Amino acid sequence: MKVKPHTESGLKTWVGLAALVLAMGLFYFGIPALIAQNPEVYSRYYTTLSGIALLSMASAGVWLTFYIGRINIGQGVFCLFGAYISGILVVNYGMNFWYSAIWAGVICSLLSFLIGLPILRLRGVYFAMVTLISTQVATLVVQNLAITKQGRSFALPPPAALTLPGTDIVVIPAFTLEGAAVGFYFAAITLMILTFLGLYRLVNSRIGQLCKSLQQNEELASSLGVNIVWLRLVAYAISCFVGGVAGAFYGAQQANLNVSLFTVQDSVNFLLYCFMGGLNYVVGPLIGTITLRLGWDQLSPTGEYQLAIYALALIILMFILPNGLMSLVEEGKKWFIRPNHRQKLQSMSAQKPVKTVAKSAAKKRPKTAAKTAPKSNKGRK
Amino acid sequence: MEQVIANGLFTGAQYALIALGLTLIFGLMNVLNFAHGQMFVLGALFAYTIFNHIVELGWFLGMTPWLANILTFMVALVATLVFLAFVGALFERFLFRTVIKRSSRDESTMLLAAATAFLLDALLPMKHVFGELSHSLPALIEGSFSIEQPWFSDTPFYMPYSKVFIGGLALFLIAGFMAFMQYTKPGRAMRALAQDKIAAQLMGVHVDRFTMLGFALGAMLAGGIGALIVTITNIGPTAGSSFSIKAFIMVMIGGAGVVGGAIAGGFVLGMMESIVPTLLAPYDLANLSDLIIFAALMIFLSFRPQGLMGKPWG
Repeated sequence: MKVKPHTESGLKTWVGLAALVLAMGLFYFGIPALIAQNPEVYSRYYTTLSGIALLSMASAGVWLTFYIGRINIGQGVFCLFGAYISGILVVNYGMNFWYSAIWAGVICSLLSFLIGLPILRLRGVYFAMVTLISTQVATLVVQNLAITKQGRSFALPPPAALTLPGTDIVVIPAFTLEGAAVGFYFAAITLMILTFLGLYRLVNSRIGQLCKSLQQNEELASSLGVNIVWLRLVAYAISCFVGGVAGAFYGAQQANLNVSLFTVQDSVNFLLYCFMGGLNYVVGPLIGTITLRLGWDQLSPTGEYQLAIYALALIILMFILPNGLMSLVEEGKKWFIRPNHRQKLQSMSAQKPVKTVAKSAAKKRPKTAAKTAPKSNKGRK
Repeated sequence: MEQVIANGLFTGAQYALIALGLTLIFGLMNVLNFAHGQMFVLGALFAYTIFNHIVELGWFLGMTPWLANILTFMVALVATLVFLAFVGALFERFLFRTVIKRSSRDESTMLLAAATAFLLDALLPMKHVFGELSHSLPALIEGSFSIEQPWFSDTPFYMPYSKVFIGGLALFLIAGFMAFMQYTKPGRAMRALAQDKIAAQLMGVHVDRFTMLGFALGAMLAGGIGALIVTITNIGPTAGSSFSIKAFIMVMIGGAGVVGGAIAGGFVLGMMESIVPTLLAPYDLANLSDLIIFAALMIFLSFRPQGLMGKPWG
C-alpha cells in the first residue's frame, strides 16, 4: 500500500532518532555518571529508576490495550502472575532467572488468550470493570494457593549467570547481592527501551493501523474484512506478555514476593500513568510513569503529607493539561515547529472571525466562547 | 438458615445504598467515581464525630439512654447527609465539571477521580481530621430479637434491635431515593439526563445544575450509609478503596447506570457474601468464598456484560 508522503516525516524521523540516542545516552551513561558523583547518597536511584523502567513497561502494555479501544485495569494480574511464575520456576524448579522471565511472559500471554476470548468482547466501562475485578481475583488466587505460600513472603535468590546454551560463554554475569541494584538497572532500561521501540514499530506497522481502526469503529473495521477477534486477542496477548516480563523482573528486583506486590491500586496506577503521559503518543506511558513515580519518590521527605501533596499535584496537572503531558508537544508543534501552519491559521482566523465565535457559541458555552475567541486571536498575532 | 438470609438482606440493603450513589453518578456523568468508598468513609467518621459531640446533650436533658442515642444519631445522620451533599456538589462544580469540559476524552475523568480518592485517603487519617484509628458507635438500642426454635434450622435466630433499626433506616433511604427519582421534577430531569443527555438538554433540562445535584445525591447516599454502618462495625479512615471496588462490582451486577440494577446488585452481593461461606463451611473451604464469589462474578460479567438489567454497551 502506497502512503502519500507526509511533508514533515523526514524531520520527524530525525527528531525521533535524536531523541532516542539522547535518551539512551542519558540512561546508559548520563545517569550512572551522575550517580558516581556521590554514590553514598545517589545509589538508591538505581533501584528507583529500575522500578520506574519496569513499571513503564507494564504501562506500555496498558497503553496498547488503549490503542485497541479498551480501558485495561487488569495489568496488575499479569504483573503479579509474572512475578510468581518466574519466582516458582526459579525456586522450585531451579530454572535460570533469565529464562524464567521469558516463560513468565509466555505463560501470561497464553493465560491472556483464555481470559481475553470472553472478555475482549466487552467495551468501555464493562471491560474496565471486569479487568478491575480480575485483579481482585488474582490477589485472592495468590492468597489461597500453597505454591505461592499464601501470598506471604517468598524469598528469591539473585539471578544466576546466563551462558550461551551448550557452551560456557557467559552472556550476563551472575548478580551479586551488592551489585544487583546496578545490574537490574541496566537490565530494566534495556528491556524498557526494547519494549518502547517494539511498541513504536508495532503501532506504525500495518497491524498498528488495523488496531487503530478497532479504536475508531469495530463494526466498520469488521465489515471491511479486519479479523477483529484475532487482532484484539493478539494485542492483548502482547500487552500481557510485556506485563508478565515486567512483573518477573520487578519481583526479582525486590528479591521477595508477596501478594501486595501488585494490587488493584497498582492496576489503577498503570492506567493513571498512561493518562498522565497522554494516550496519543507511544512514549506517553514512559513520560507518565517517570513523572508520577519520580515525583512520588521525591515527595517522600514530606512524610505523612506525601500522598496529599501527590494527589493535589495530580489534580492541578489535570486542570492544566487534561489531555496528558504529551499534549504539550502538540502545543509546541503549533507554535515552534510549523511556522507555515501558524501563518495559515492566522490568515484563516483573520478572514472568518465571526464563524469561530458562532461555532463555539453553538456548543452552548457562551462564557468560554467569549473568553477563548479573543484570546486565541491575540495569541496568533 | 434464617440467620444467614437475614444477615444477607441486612448487608444487601447497605450495599444497595452504596451502589445507588455510584450508579447515579455514572449514569449522569459517565464518571467512574473511584472516590465513592472514600465518601462513604468520610460520612461514617463525620457522623461518629458529630454523634460524640452532641450525645451528652441528650443525657443532660434527662432523656433515657436509648432515646437520647436515637435522637442524637438522627441529628448526626441528617448533618452527615447535608455535609456530604455539600462536599459532592463542590467536587462536581470545581473539579469534575472543569476537567470534563477541558479534556478531549471522557476517560480522563478517571485520573481526576483517582486523584480525589488519593486526596481523601491522605486527608482522612491526618491528626487534625479524624486520626488513624478506626471507630464505631455503641449499639443504639440494647437487646435483641430472637427466636429459640426457627422453622428451618437448629440454631436460634438472633437479631439485635439496633440492626433492625439500621436496616429499617436503610430501606427507608432507598425508598425515599426511589420516590424522589420517580415522582419529583428534579428526579425526572435526572432520569432524562441519564437516558439521553442531548435530548434532555433540548427539552430544557439544565444539564449543569442537575449533574451537580446528581453528584451531590450520590455522595450523600454514600455518606448516609457510612453513618448507618458505623453503628454496626468499625470503620477506619483508609477503608475507602475496598468499598469502592465492592460498589463497582454491585453496579456491574445490576447494570451500569440503572437505578433498579444497583439495588438488585447490592442485594445479590450481600446475599452471596452471606450464603456462600455457609455453604462452603462443611467442606472446610470457607476462606475460598471471596475467591469463588469474585470469580463467579467475572464469569457472569464476561457472558452478560450488561448485568441483570442494563442496556448493552451503556
